[in-house]
Amino acid sequence: MTSDHSPGAKADRFAGVRYLMPTWSAKLGVGLVLVVLIVAFGLVGPVFAVDPRDSSYKGLQPPSSEHLLGTTKLGYDVFAQLATGTRESLYVGLVGGLVAMFLAIVFGIIAGYFGGWLDDILMLATNIMLVIPGLPLVMVIAAYVQNTEGLGDFARSATLVAMILGVTGWAGSAVVLRAQARSLRTREYVYASRVAGEKGLRIIFVEILPNLVPLIAAQLIFGVMAAVLGEAGLSYLGLGPTNSITLGTMLNDAQTGQAVGSHAWWWFVPPGVMIALLGTGLALVNFAIDEIVNPKLRLAPKAARQQRKAMKAGKGVAGGGAYA
Amino acid sequence: MKFYLRRIAFYIITVWAAVSLNFVLPRMMPGDPAAIMIGKLRRASGGRQLSEEVIRSIYALLGADKNMSLWDQYLAYWGRLLQGDLGLSSTRYPYPVVELIANALPWTLFMVGTATVISFVLGIVGGAWVGWKRGTWLDQLVPATSLLQSIPYFWLALVLVAVFAVQLGWLPIVGAYDPFDFPSGPEWSWEFVASALQHAFLPALTIVISSVGGWLLGMRNMMVSTMSEDYVLTAEAKGLKPSRIRDRYAARNASIPSLAGFSIALAFVVAGSIVTEQVFSYPGIGKLMIQSVQGLDYTLMQGVFLVITLTVLAANFLMDLLYGLIDPRVRNDL
Repeated sequence: MTSDHSPGAKADRFAGVRYLMPTWSAKLGVGLVLVVLIVAFGLVGPVFAVDPRDSSYKGLQPPSSEHLLGTTKLGYDVFAQLATGTRESLYVGLVGGLVAMFLAIVFGIIAGYFGGWLDDILMLATNIMLVIPGLPLVMVIAAYVQNTEGLGDFARSATLVAMILGVTGWAGSAVVLRAQARSLRTREYVYASRVAGEKGLRIIFVEILPNLVPLIAAQLIFGVMAAVLGEAGLSYLGLGPTNSITLGTMLNDAQTGQAVGSHAWWWFVPPGVMIALLGTGLALVNFAIDEIVNPKLRLAPKAARQQRKAMKAGKGVAGGGAYA
Repeated sequence: MKFYLRRIAFYIITVWAAVSLNFVLPRMMPGDPAAIMIGKLRRASGGRQLSEEVIRSIYALLGADKNMSLWDQYLAYWGRLLQGDLGLSSTRYPYPVVELIANALPWTLFMVGTATVISFVLGIVGGAWVGWKRGTWLDQLVPATSLLQSIPYFWLALVLVAVFAVQLGWLPIVGAYDPFDFPSGPEWSWEFVASALQHAFLPALTIVISSVGGWLLGMRNMMVSTMSEDYVLTAEAKGLKPSRIRDRYAARNASIPSLAGFSIALAFVVAGSIVTEQVFSYPGIGKLMIQSVQGLDYTLMQGVFLVITLTVLAANFLMDLLYGLIDPRVRNDL
């Protein structure tokens, strides 16, 4: 933290923007590196790997120089499947996360800003969505939708799975956004623009949304994580997209192919590790955002650390208290 | 009192919404789930004619009876539910759905319930402690909990099976008890309880490991925030014992949002336990749900979904009452 606001300095044009950016920390660094590497792997990997749908190799081969991560029971190259699976899972995560974010903004911010009966109705819908367990609902919807005639290939596509996950997974974010929008609504600058005769929607977009950017970003990241994990779960249960390879369908194949029983760790370990690393990376980035939204998380541990240092140096701070 | 009335009203509306959703979903589909279901039942019964009563029950539950208005269908649907009739299962013909659920629910409540309580207590106590020690090396452990949370439940289950059941052979892989030792099914004996505990250990461990991180992190962050409140400083200035400040002043207040966030976390646990039961072939409600979805057994699917939703609502309701008891502000504010 090097913020030297010398009184004589000219007003910094970017001070406001910088306030919204995460402060650099080891957590954020590790998180970003993880996310960037995995995204790059998903984008570039499939170009260099062999065809993930080519089953002409010998089955259940352990990792070798020819097959970096071995082969599956049916003779697919695990590395190639991992690269394509990462790409498809990221796609599902992004689409599902964006749909959820959009709905959370609609429900949360409108409810929080306008208040009154609109707030009551929107929040009732949100709270009902919140307490109805997500995965069973997704399973029921997926079972019906995927067996609907007339949808063709779309019925079991990654896009539809992502949309189902998004439509069922926005409620938690909406609650968070509503709370913040409600508190922003009573700020002076919002009153000022209302007195100036601005319309409600314009106030939302110009005055409120920009101040919610860190929070919305955190909710988007959360939504992407939830969609990636949700897709993995659905696919594992056999309800995922059938015409694409995702990390979840890989695990489903591994389960039906008895990968655990036949000690084929190279088959079921990599997709799970990939999901876990992606989730960890996104969560670490979210921590950094959390510390912008709630400065106490950043400042309190620092204060405690400084106090302990001072105590060690014998600067006459009482020891053994709550702050040690 | 107003708080409790509001909560009760909310849960009544939510139960109504969940039941109505169950009514609407099969009727929204362009196909005819009831006709498909009756076809499946006929095949399951070996081509014999189904009784008039069974057919009427399926139409009442899944809909698309052309001779009835939607409103009459809705009333007939509620009538069936209130009589405890959820139809017949096609994948497990000729068992009624209610009986299948009644056999599966105790297993899930036992395994998932115990795991959730253990995980919640561990998370709250651990989170309070890590938050108390903020600014020390323990802070570095916090990001590690996010790794635990990002691991898909079922993958962790697969790994645990691979290590403890397949490699080391310490614990059984599938089922809820040993069917060879107890061929006639569950019984009340010490041997049976030991067998059930042994079979529940790995699935429960999976749920604890994957869900404890969320509780821990939430509690730690609240603890850190609470510790910088003025009343904690006051308590410190009064010279109270640190352990008293930690337990009575900070942890007690910091745990309130964790209780409030229980419903969100419970949804994750329920989702996780469904896939976990699949990995271990645990004969609970989640396994039943998966079986019904894979076999397109619509009556069983609707019934299980309804029961899962109602169970989660009941758990949330209990938590809400507890919340009102612990935090007087929510009783008075609302």
